[in-house]
Amino acid sequence: MAADGTLVAGAPAAAGSGRANTMQRFARRRSTIAFLMALPLIALIGGLVVYPAGYAMWLSTLNRRMTANIGLGNFEILLDSDTFWMVIMQSCIFAVGAVIAKALIGFWLAHMLHHIPAKGQRKWRGMLLIPWVIPPALSTLGWWWMFDPSYSSINWLLNIFAVPAVPWLGEPWWARFSVILVNVWYGSPFFMIMYLAALKSVPDQLYEAAAIDGATGWQGLRYVTLPMMQNIISITVLFSLIVTFANYDIVRVLTNGGPRDLTQVFASYAFQVGILSGNLPRGAAVSLFMFPVLAVFAYFILRGINRRNKEQM
Amino acid sequence: MTGKGMTRRGALRSGAGVIAAGALGAPMVHAQGTGGSLRVAFWDHWVPTGNDAMRALVKEWSEKNRVEVTLDFINTTGNQLQLAGAAQAQSKSGHDIISLAPWDVGTYASVLEPVDDVINRLIAKYGPINPVAEYLAKREGAWRGVPATSGTQNKPACVRFDLMQEHAGLDVRAMWPASGQAGPGADQWTWDTFLTAAEKCAKAGYPFGLPLGAFSDAVDWVGALFASYGASMMDEKGKPTVRNNPKLRTAIEYAVRLSKALPNDVWAWDDASNNRALISGRSALVFNPPSAWAVAKRDQPQVAEKCWTIPMPAGPEGRFLAYLPWTSGIWNFGRNKQTAKALLEFLGERSSAEALTSKTSGYDIPPFETMSDFKIWETEGPPVGTVYNYPLKPHHKAKPSIAFAPAPGEFAAQMYVQALNTKVIARVAQGGDTVDQALGWLERELTTIVRGG
Repeated sequence: MAADGTLVAGAPAAAGSGRANTMQRFARRRSTIAFLMALPLIALIGGLVVYPAGYAMWLSTLNRRMTANIGLGNFEILLDSDTFWMVIMQSCIFAVGAVIAKALIGFWLAHMLHHIPAKGQRKWRGMLLIPWVIPPALSTLGWWWMFDPSYSSINWLLNIFAVPAVPWLGEPWWARFSVILVNVWYGSPFFMIMYLAALKSVPDQLYEAAAIDGATGWQGLRYVTLPMMQNIISITVLFSLIVTFANYDIVRVLTNGGPRDLTQVFASYAFQVGILSGNLPRGAAVSLFMFPVLAVFAYFILRGINRRNKEQM
Repeated sequence: MTGKGMTRRGALRSGAGVIAAGALGAPMVHAQGTGGSLRVAFWDHWVPTGNDAMRALVKEWSEKNRVEVTLDFINTTGNQLQLAGAAQAQSKSGHDIISLAPWDVGTYASVLEPVDDVINRLIAKYGPINPVAEYLAKREGAWRGVPATSGTQNKPACVRFDLMQEHAGLDVRAMWPASGQAGPGADQWTWDTFLTAAEKCAKAGYPFGLPLGAFSDAVDWVGALFASYGASMMDEKGKPTVRNNPKLRTAIEYAVRLSKALPNDVWAWDDASNNRALISGRSALVFNPPSAWAVAKRDQPQVAEKCWTIPMPAGPEGRFLAYLPWTSGIWNFGRNKQTAKALLEFLGERSSAEALTSKTSGYDIPPFETMSDFKIWETEGPPVGTVYNYPLKPHHKAKPSIAFAPAPGEFAAQMYVQALNTKVIARVAQGGDTVDQALGWLERELTTIVRGG
């Protein structure tokens, strides 16, 4: 191999030297080298993303015994099911509700941190990141102990102040609130750290200019901070929506989808139908339902980002 | 190529060495040599001594038969064992023998080796096998697994006899003594008596700890209740039997009445909640294997010594006992199927079953009624005889049950996992539906399950 990284072919064969030259040129091309260098990554993505996705799509077209292809039959059956419509609704409530709450709390926390002097900021930043670095299955177990139907520590505290015990996991709306709360607790630090980075990149001169023009704090936020952060907010929301929609462990540990399937989301329902009930094709169909929902969200969010980028160019 | 470069053969040899080293690092229980080898995945027992008992038995068998056995115990936390089964069935590789959860035998029937020869020999020795085990493990006329002793459980009533006597006026020890016969009042142990007792105990501050969520303890006791009312949701041909089914309606109405005497959070209880209710001394009755009592014996001995196990109450169609078996299956893609069969036959022997049951303080239930007389159930205590009535005995005049039988296994599995029986109760008792609305919902759910083959 040459010093510049291009391949040097060995001695050409006497016959067919023209073809060998073509091959040499092909091998020396930067795009060929780049492709070869990227090949391991492409193979990895192919093996871990494309193949499982394709397999899931194929699986979703089979009957329960996986002996015959029923086309879109599983999707048709799911759309006829009351429970599945409930799952769609709950997944949307869960993901959208949690992402909005995480974005608002993350934004507020980032602002608070941004205004703390640099010396103390690191300590607070570290502490506020703790929920995000604990494995969610473990922290959710801690929350489950606090929400435990019979021995909830939160209820114990409420009882001290003569507040009646709350059925955190037994009553549908409280159960929905609980799973969203745990997701918000876990995910807010991610928003916080992203927004903090974005805030730090807003030039101070813009705020100074706004102040000279007589802008209030609220106007500074509305007309300087938010426009400057718009792209990072969009990207963070999109990323979080994808992750939250696919969330499994919180629902599984806290409620197991109950009561009466009223906290079931796509991932937990797919596992229940596919693995536990032994209907893999229908479970695959449930999980694939996330794809069009997320595609719609991704389309609108990414379109907004592109539009803004074009305006700025 | 010359010099120090690596040859293709050299690379292969090195690779084989690495693989061999990896294999030696695996937990090999015994290495006797010439009778072949087996890889076995058994359920990781709740009772700490359960795995030791299994290990000792397998060691004994492998030494006698000169078979190398690699024994893995996989737990069900996070459904690890079920996931291993699903992955192995899909990839057609893995262990030779695997413990299968109740409904998984049917799910993977097409890749499980028929074991009729083993079962027939065991039946010839020990008499008829548990009909629920047969319902779960037999597909298309062939046994697809050997019903296991390890991990298999009944769920009779574990009663605080002092509270029951004081608040409901029932002397459960006299009704169901630790002897081979029923006592006075045993014939009155019906769901009606049960409801009255539940209401009285709830009033006294010791409600029965009966879960009504989506976990197996809830589904199992409700399944036995429905069976004793003759309330089935689907027939053996896979046809929903919800419409114009007065027995199902009666059972639902009964369960709704009963739910009003239970703690208001039972809709969110999991399989540990009822145990905690009993152990903490807050509850007068739970439906559970003796694990709750065993933990109480360790942590709250004053509670444990007042517990007594009795059969489930009887309904208009008889007395039923919730039964949840494990089954050991042999993958048909395995290499050493005959040896695997020999091991499972050995584990099905009375002596093996008794060793397993004794080491688990009576927790494990063998699949043969003739094995309901092991000494451990008479001697375990305190109080001595507390688990005497844990296995199903002839004088209980009961039948084993699993929720949603006799529906075809592939549909019943989905009904069970989705806990349709507790949900239909919850829709009325908690959701405010009428019974008709709840039955309409149930019928639609059943239709969804049946569609798609």
